[in-house]
Amino acid sequence: MSETTSRARLHPRDTPDPNAPPIQVIDLHKFFGEHHVLKGIDLTVEKKQVVCVIGPSGSGKSTLLRSINLLEWPSGGKVYIEGIDVQDPDVNLDRIRTRIGMVFQSFNLFPHMNVLRNVTIAQEKVLGRSKEEAQQIAWDMLERVGLTDKASAHPSQLSGGQQQRVAIARSLSMNPDMMLFDEPTSALDPELVGEVLEVMRTLAQEGMTMMVVTHEMGFAREVGTRLIFMDDGQIVEEGNPREILANPQQPRTQAFLSKVL
Amino acid sequence: MALRDIRPTVRRRASRVSSYVVFLAILAVLVSLADWENLSKNFLRADVAATMFPMVWRAAFNTLWYTAASFVAGTILGTVFALMKMSKGPLKWFAVAYIELFRGLPAMLTILLMAFAIPIAFSSFKIPSTISALVALSLVSSAYTAEIIRSGIEAVAKGQREAARSLGMTHMQTTMSVILPQAFRIVIPPLTNELVLLLKDTSLFFAVGATKFSKELLQFGRDAGTTNANFTPYMVVAVFYLVITIPLTWLVSKLEKKMAVKK
Repeated sequence: MSETTSRARLHPRDTPDPNAPPIQVIDLHKFFGEHHVLKGIDLTVEKKQVVCVIGPSGSGKSTLLRSINLLEWPSGGKVYIEGIDVQDPDVNLDRIRTRIGMVFQSFNLFPHMNVLRNVTIAQEKVLGRSKEEAQQIAWDMLERVGLTDKASAHPSQLSGGQQQRVAIARSLSMNPDMMLFDEPTSALDPELVGEVLEVMRTLAQEGMTMMVVTHEMGFAREVGTRLIFMDDGQIVEEGNPREILANPQQPRTQAFLSKVL
Repeated sequence: MALRDIRPTVRRRASRVSSYVVFLAILAVLVSLADWENLSKNFLRADVAATMFPMVWRAAFNTLWYTAASFVAGTILGTVFALMKMSKGPLKWFAVAYIELFRGLPAMLTILLMAFAIPIAFSSFKIPSTISALVALSLVSSAYTAEIIRSGIEAVAKGQREAARSLGMTHMQTTMSVILPQAFRIVIPPLTNELVLLLKDTSLFFAVGATKFSKELLQFGRDAGTTNANFTPYMVVAVFYLVITIPLTWLVSKLEKKMAVKK
């Protein structure tokens, strides 16, 4: 009873706090059945940071990212987005998600819509923009990723790199405050990786807050402002990307980097 | 020259030719044994066929619109039941029970039960038996369609829902604009199958009786057969069914190819 009252007093906690960090994760745990995937993650991402997350497969990198916009529901711990407790039942999760752009390894464009429609549909349905306004913004975003000539194509007619750039444009069209990238180049042919990284680099230079799960050490070194090494569901080491990549302190980081560099 | 010395290509050709010969021989025996004079007198009388026109067009039209109505109603209901079955909570169990019930009963039994039950239940509305039969067939169809559509929804890649949700779309928006349009494309072939089955199931309407103008093809054919004491009307009706179903399946396969390219 008292809990209901206190929640009623807190409500509404739906408006973002401009002074709060974009992402704050406290003692985050995640179980898939018996499998303990995240074992107490503490992480704060400040505005305009580009946080790159590296680590062996199965280390929980993607699960961490997916927990931040609650594609995975945490088993324990807290996730705050711009100061809002996203697990609060009074919070409108859909509205929070519009402020977090998410880019997936497998692009996940809507195959039954053309490129322009892919970029306008959520603007119209979620943000309530008019068709004309949404299309204007979509053209701007497609121009940013260099794909205005593909606006009427269907996703299956595009290369992987082009599809991923459309996916980025789609996310950007919602004017997110931050972007999450879940291995955005891992499904791409090597010659297509560069065009996607180039778009991400520009985005970082424009001051977008970004969290990037990646295997691209070059990108982490040059664009990342912060590097996190994860292994076995824990953050093992974090800090300046150049320093960690050049001079890892932890034995597990050393072992991992010696294999991938 | 022993058999195994023959070249493989020649041997294959020989075995193919001999199988044709056996098939044709059996066919020839059957054809020669049949009483063709009596068959054509009973099944292929042009004068009897002529008496069926032009009313047979009306019956064909009825068959088509009964099919279309129950298919549309069945697909809409089936989509609702598919979504209910995939939800959590009591609605799911209602959908499961509904689907099991109407898939488990013969369509004919459902049609008969509805034809008796609906006029009694809603006696003040004077509902014609054809409407009762249409309701029954829609219910039967929706049970099958629900399973078809559910399989389609499950075949849509998991990342599609995640992408839509991560853009802030609600569960309902995601289902209506992202999941269902893709699911329907996936299930076009089994839905066509269902449409053809439904077309043929409208023939069960003869069980509930119809007026002169509401007869569907089979009942019209039966009545014409009885009036003329001849089976020719059945042949005419058979041709009508094929004239509908064959172009229909052809059209849908074209549609399917077109959709596949656009995907």
